[in-house]
Amino acid sequence: MGESPSGLSVNSISCTRGYRELFSELNFLLEPGHILRVEGKNGSGKTSLLRILAGLAQPVDGQVLWNGQDIKSPEACYFQNLFYLGHKPGIKYELTPVENLCMARSLFGFARDNGIEDALYQVGLYGFEDIPCAFLSAGQKRRVALAQLLLTRAKLWILDEPYTSLDVVAIAFLEGLFKKHVHNGGSLIITSHQPVEIADCQLRRLALPATQLEEVH
Amino acid sequence: METTLSSAFWALLKRDLMLAYRHRNELLNPLFFFILVVMLFPLGTTPEKQLLMTMAPGVIWVAALLASMLSLDTLFRADYEDGTLEQILLSPHPLPVLVLAKIIGHWLVTGFPMILLAPLLGVFMYLPGEGIVTLMLTLILGTPVLSLVGAIGMALTVGLHRGGMLLSLLVLPLYIPVLIFSANTVGADMADMTIKGQLYFLSAMLVLAITLAPVATAAALRISLE
Repeated sequence: MGESPSGLSVNSISCTRGYRELFSELNFLLEPGHILRVEGKNGSGKTSLLRILAGLAQPVDGQVLWNGQDIKSPEACYFQNLFYLGHKPGIKYELTPVENLCMARSLFGFARDNGIEDALYQVGLYGFEDIPCAFLSAGQKRRVALAQLLLTRAKLWILDEPYTSLDVVAIAFLEGLFKKHVHNGGSLIITSHQPVEIADCQLRRLALPATQLEEVH
Repeated sequence: METTLSSAFWALLKRDLMLAYRHRNELLNPLFFFILVVMLFPLGTTPEKQLLMTMAPGVIWVAALLASMLSLDTLFRADYEDGTLEQILLSPHPLPVLVLAKIIGHWLVTGFPMILLAPLLGVFMYLPGEGIVTLMLTLILGTPVLSLVGAIGMALTVGLHRGGMLLSLLVLPLYIPVLIFSANTVGADMADMTIKGQLYFLSAMLVLAITLAPVATAAALRISLE
């Protein structure tokens, strides 16, 4: 390959579950500043695709490149640039929100050292910092995990159903965050059953099992 | 803030110890099991001093081995279920080092208390003073091997819903050399024989396990989470 494209490029990947083929020969390039929304029925392979893109699972065939280099190679620095949040909460219920975010900071390295309290304030968890997450509601737990978005320096966010159990206010807040991230040159891959309406952003759609992207705006 | 590998290592170790402290009741189970098994032996066999003394090293070590295996489930299971294990895998830091932090945390709350309990159990079983010292020495060298080797088995079975039986089948054969050398060391010491050879062997196993087990565990976790 001559010049290396910046962003995340997916080269003819295939994925199977058991004997069933979920998708094959999937190709796309996601440049910085773009949002990709992955759609599809239940069981169409949305989560499988996201796990492959996050490097947690291996595609049967094909490869995933970050700035032209394989995501598994150390030169790509992919994992310094990735924030992934799956279906599972990704936080410890026995720990308080502050302790959870401190742990995430040590694992991933956040931009600001003392931004944790501030991030919790912004996601509306002011006054809940020192309460173990087990005592928080489902939506509040989700907010703890999503507070990491305010702190991370990652360029690529991969979020699997981020709106689950969030209220209208939190969803609007999250969409504001997405917009800011994309305008700062970040990119975002998201699955959601709810419509994603983010004004003046480059939004693309991948409807599995189709293998091509569609431009929305 | 730039995060360093050592800060991630210590944060993970601290987190695991904090979680263990918040679940301290669960933590006591393997230790109670360890004490109970040893205490039942004099009741089940005979309280005769000579016989108990000969059996003591083997009995205490078998109990330690089973207690350690019982506690393996706490190593990765909870992290797997709540998705924090995924987050650890996605960290830019080398996974074997992070895994080692988790294994050390596990050993500190299971293996280490067993070393402290050993003198008490030695007294139950009429072990003489020097026998108890040797027993503790073998536990110091042996219990970390149990945690390290057990971690590989646990990492391989963490994705299975009922991996308990498989875990024992995987891990027990690897525990047996530790059991044989450790029990033999204490027995040989009580018979006034030299124990240098056995201790060297146990130390070699420990060095081997520390070097290789974290790498193998990390690889096994990547397979299990796929």
